Formats: sequence, structure tokens, C-alpha cells
Amino acid sequence: MATVDIKKFQVNLNPTWCPGCGDYGLLRGLQTALAKLDLDPSEIVIVSGIGCSSNLPHFIKAYGYHSLHGRALPTAQGVKMVNPRLTVIAAGGDGDGYGIGVGHLVHACRRNIDITYIVMDNQIYGLTTGQTSPTSDVGSKTKTSPDGNYEYPLNPILLAISSGATFVARTFSGEPEHMADIIVKAIQHKGFALIDDISPCVTYNKKNTYQWFKERVYKLEDIGHDPYDINQAIQRATEWEDKIPIGIFYINPDKPSYDQLDPVIREGGMFAKPEITEDEKKEILNQFL
Amino acid sequence: MSDGVVSKVSVVRKALTGAQAAAEVMRQVEPDVVAAYPITPQTPIVQEFAQFVADGLVNTEMIQVESEHSALSAVVGAAMSGARAMTATSSQGLALMWEVVAIASSMRLPIVMNIVNRAISAPLNIHCDHSDAMAIRDLGWIMLFSENPQEVYHNNIVAFRIGEHPDVFLPVAVNQDGFITSHCVEAVDVFEDSFVKNFVGEYKAPYNILDFDNPISAGEWAMPSHYFEFRVDMKKAMDRSVGVIEKVFEEFYKETGVKMDFFEAYKTEDAEIVFVVMNSTAGTIRYVVDKLREKGKKVGVIKVRVYRPFVVEKFLELIPSAKFIAVMDRALSIGTTGSPLYQDITSGLFANKRIVLVNDYIYGLGGRDFTDDDAYEMYEHAEYSLKEGISGQIVYVGLNPNLLGR
Ligand SMILES: Cc1ncc(C[n+]2csc(CCOP(=O)(O)OP(=O)(O)O)c2C)c(N)n1
Ligand code: SF4
Repeated sequence: MATVDIKKFQVNLNPTWCPGCGDYGLLRGLQTALAKLDLDPSEIVIVSGIGCSSNLPHFIKAYGYHSLHGRALPTAQGVKMVNPRLTVIAAGGDGDGYGIGVGHLVHACRRNIDITYIVMDNQIYGLTTGQTSPTSDVGSKTKTSPDGNYEYPLNPILLAISSGATFVARTFSGEPEHMADIIVKAIQHKGFALIDDISPCVTYNKKNTYQWFKERVYKLEDIGHDPYDINQAIQRATEWEDKIPIGIFYINPDKPSYDQLDPVIREGGMFAKPEITEDEKKEILNQFL
Repeated sequence: MSDGVVSKVSVVRKALTGAQAAAEVMRQVEPDVVAAYPITPQTPIVQEFAQFVADGLVNTEMIQVESEHSALSAVVGAAMSGARAMTATSSQGLALMWEVVAIASSMRLPIVMNIVNRAISAPLNIHCDHSDAMAIRDLGWIMLFSENPQEVYHNNIVAFRIGEHPDVFLPVAVNQDGFITSHCVEAVDVFEDSFVKNFVGEYKAPYNILDFDNPISAGEWAMPSHYFEFRVDMKKAMDRSVGVIEKVFEEFYKETGVKMDFFEAYKTEDAEIVFVVMNSTAGTIRYVVDKLREKGKKVGVIKVRVYRPFVVEKFLELIPSAKFIAVMDRALSIGTTGSPLYQDITSGLFANKRIVLVNDYIYGLGGRDFTDDDAYEMYEHAEYSLKEGISGQIVYVGLNPNLLGR
């Protein structure tokens, strides 16, 4: 990790996260990835929703906007469409992206727009102090399910693959270096990329702790997983509880992204319109004179 | 709490926050369905209630939905299937609900919803003001406001009787100030469970889409030939609610000795300057009125308890000597003369041909502290305005001009 200099993505502001929060790992991994890509802060926009994790844009040097709960993706798509040359990253929590905002996720995947979406998945609502989320395990005890959650969790990896996302991966905040390499590939990928980052909430999630994950995570690349095979991807995506895969589940290099299809964005977006020359201006004016 | 009438009901004094007071009524009423989504500062209401469900204290179906839009939608579905259904929210949650807020009242469903008042974004702010509630004020909900946890408790009990009355059949929103009321512990006199259950009574749904013997269609189209009448019917139901509220308050008083009114007047009989205020700030103003009275000032205060329907005639009866009204709005209407409460009062004065000077004092936006010193300053401004014949001024209390843009 020491090989790249992340200083240019650091700000003079201490994150407000609890000590030990998984979101620190994500911040570090993301800064490392951006440095590895040799991007400049002026080329990056980070749009988030609302939640502990959605405070991210404040803690990283880049353009940023802290939007509404669940609305990071549509806002990020708006930014991308205006200036497709920018690296647009949407970020937030599992409540934000898989609950209140899940409709947007499905459509961003389907549209395959060239955005990287990072979900810091702690299987709980952190900011509102610990309620059941759409990825909470069955049986999890939270403030809104004191008797244990009996709703089945959503599987974000399967959802993204089936909705048409062309890059789907899982990272672990306990492995920021591995994470950084995956974020690099996600950003380089032309099309919609979902990264489901396991980012433990040390304050409210007493079940899915660092220790719990450390005993279970393994790397897909270590078992020779082929991310270009959708069937393998789907099969691996169903694993949870005993063994938890991290790494790239699925890549589809063939489906064109929205940006490649849309006639305006394809030409570089509205700011990429060719300059009108002085002669052309005169010609247009003459039509009205 | 008694006022001549001795309560027949036994009470237990409990230390409760405003949020807990709301949850306490929910426990006692035991609605069939509660659907909610967490949002600060409402969260403790549903959390407390979730604990009651988990402890087996209530026989309520509780749904942890994925958004407020879903919460009120689930409650609407439950209510039109014959269930007594409730939810609670704040700020952005209410904003997201807006579409369904209009549906609940248009479908004439007597849902009770607690709103813990909080500023709306942007900028992001979790603290108290009334902008959230004011954005639904014209949608056909009965709106009650609460000064403290005790009033949260009382308002929640009467809410069912008002909304569920066949002359009304409209939803009811019970408001309380975020954090100031929702998170602060006060002594609350809680009635015995059986009293609350009996007072609220069995739920009789306005209609039931699951009634096979009386089949109906719900959510029909209304073409230009019919839509207008539906809206006027709602307005008439709101008008009829005035009589229902009077009767419910009267019965509540007879049973418990607790007096409630549309507007609660304090020392206004001979007052020349009258403050008008909603929710928790009423206590501060009453304290300041007492201090000013000691100095011989003819000043009083009206607290708005029932904001919708806004019965301005009742308001005017309470201020026979008023020459100047200092309306206190904890929300800012942008693009018109004054903010919601100011608009309600000034149009009422005009319609009743009463000439009284009125200024609109905007205070406490986004949780900006409002202290007794602010109240004295406001009074001085009001006194000066009365002397100079000033009216219609919008005054920002506690504003820091150094922070303003251009
Ligand atoms: C419309 C709306 N409803 C509710 C909220 C309250 N709220 C803020 S963040 C949040 C959930 C946070 O969980 P998650 O998105 O998983 O992020 P985390 O805090 O765990 O990082 C909720 C319910 C809100 N801000 N807006
Ligand atoms: S509450 Fe949980 S998610 Fe939020 S900052 Fe603390 S550890 Fe992180």
C-alpha cells in the first residue's frame, strides 16, 4: 500500500465515524485506488445518500455532494450525463442503496451507465442508531427487531447481476489493499459497477463483526473463479453465513454502456460540444438580420 | 390537572419523553397495524413500540418497511381493509410520504400519525422546526400540536375519536417538537389502560374493501364531472370536525378533568399585545408574559392546539382587547407575505372585519435556540410596532446577519 501516495485525496478533517468503523477501511481503499489510477481530485465526483457511510464525500478530496436518503444514484447519473469525462462514484449504506433507494439501483444496473457504486454494507442502519436493514441476517437482534429479525435479507450481488450490472464485486473493509485493486478495476470498467463493501458497524451490529467476517471471508481469485461466467457468478453469490466470498463475481465486457449508446453523451456530453467559430456565429446572426 | 371536575379515572405518574408518551398511547390503544421507517427524531416512538410488540404487550402487526412512502402506503392498505392503523415520521420522511399523505385523507381513512417536527433539507438538519408539518397543512388532515409530553399523550387519545367519527373520517396528525419534546423526560399522568381503551372505543372502519357482502371499488377515476365534489366533500368533513372536536374535548373533560381547546388562551382577556405560538415554545412565552404582567404590561398568549381545522372565529373571541398580534411562526413561507400561522390569522381577521396590527416573528428554524431574552426582545419590538402603527413586518428572531449571503 505504501507504493502510492494518497495525500492528494486527503482532507484536513477527521471523519465523524466511530473508532473502528468499517467505513475507515473503505475510505483508505478508495483513496488508494484513486491514487493508483493516477487521477486528479478535479476529475472525480462522489455523490452520496444519507447515513454514516454517506458522510464519505466530506472526508475525501474530490468534488462531492451529500444528497438525500436513497437518492445518490439518480443524482450521480445526472452529474455523469452532463460531463461524462468525469469519474463518477456513488456511495452510501445498505439501507440507503438496498432499501429506500433500491429502485434506483435496479435501473442504474439496467441502464449500465458508467458509474461506480460503492455500498458500505454493515447490515444495519447506523446513523439512526441501529435498526434492521434490508441486508440484516435472519435472527439479528436490533432495536426494531428486539426478538430477532424474521425477514429474509436481500442479496445485492444477485440483484445487481440479474438487473443488468456489468461489473459486480464484494470487498471487505478489513482488506483495504485487496479492496483498492477491485475499485481500480471497477472504475476502469466501462459500464455500471457495484461494489458491495463489507464494512462492519462496530457500534450497533453485534453479530456481523470483523472477527465474524475474518473467520469466513475467502477470495474468489484464490479458487480460480471465472468472473466472465455468469453461472459461476450466480452460484458464488448465493454463498453466505459459513463462507463469504470477496472479489469480483461478475464482469460482462460485451454489453455497451449507456454512455456509449446515448447520442449526446457519446459525443462527450453537453460541455463537449464543438466551439462555434466567429464565422459560424456571423452566419447564424445573418439569418436573423 | 383538574379544573372543578374531579377525574373518575385513575392515573399513574410516569417519567416519559414525548416520544414515549406517543408510544404509550399506542400501547394502550393497541392498533391492528403499525408500519414505520426510522428517522431522527421520530425513531424512539417506533423503537419503543417495537419493544412493546416484542414483549407481547400488544397484539399489533408491525411492519418494518423500507421507506416512509411504503410506511404510509402499508397503513393505507391496512386501513381500507378494516384495520386501525398508525405510523410516525419526521421531516424528510414526511416529505417522501407527501403523495400518500394526500391519499390517506382523500380516501377518508382515519389514520393517526405522530409527526416529530424537524427542519427539512437542505442544508441537512435534524433539529426542530415546523416546516415539515406545514407542508401538509392543506391536504385534509386534522392537525393537533402538543406543548409537552403530557399533551402528546392527550392529543393521541382524542385523535382516534376525532378522525374515526363518522361525520369526519379524516386522518389525524399529532405534532410534537423534535428533541425538545420528543427526547426530554417530563412527568406524564398516564390513565389506566381500560379507560383509554374504552374512551377510544372499538374501531369502525369507514369502509372495507374486503367486505364481500358490500362490494365497493376504491381508488376510482373521477372525471371533471365528479372530482370537484370529492374535494368539497373533504372540506365539508373538515368543517364538520369542528363540532366533533368540541364534543370529544367536552367528553374528555368530563371523564378526566383535563381541559383541551382549539386555542388555549393565557391572560388574553384584557391583553393589548397577544403572542400566538405552537408547541413547546408556549411555555417560554407564558413565563415571559407573567414577567411582563408584573411590570404592568397588558400582554397575553394564545397557544394553537388544533391547527387544522383552523377556527379563526374561536381565536378572535379570545382576544377581545387585542391591538397587536405577534404571530410566531417556526416555519418560513418563501414567496408570499407571511408564514403559515400568520396567513391563517391575518386572512381570518380580514374576513371578520377586525382591524388589528400583526407582525410575523420567524423563530427557531433548524433548532435555533429561542430563549426568554428573545421573547422580551420580541415584546419590545411588538410594543414599538404598536406605538408606531407598524403592521405586516416579517421579523427574524435570533438571526445572525453575519452569516447571511448576499
Ligand atoms: C426519507 C428519509 N427517511 C429516513 C431518514 C433517516 N435515515 C437517515 S440514514 C438512515 C439509514 C442509515 O442506514 P444505512 O443507509 O445503511 O447507512 P449507515 O448509517 O449504516 O452507514 C435513515 C433511516 C432520512 N434521512 N430520510
Ligand atoms: S454507528 Fe456504526 S456505521 Fe455509524 S460510524 Fe459508528 S460504527 Fe460506523
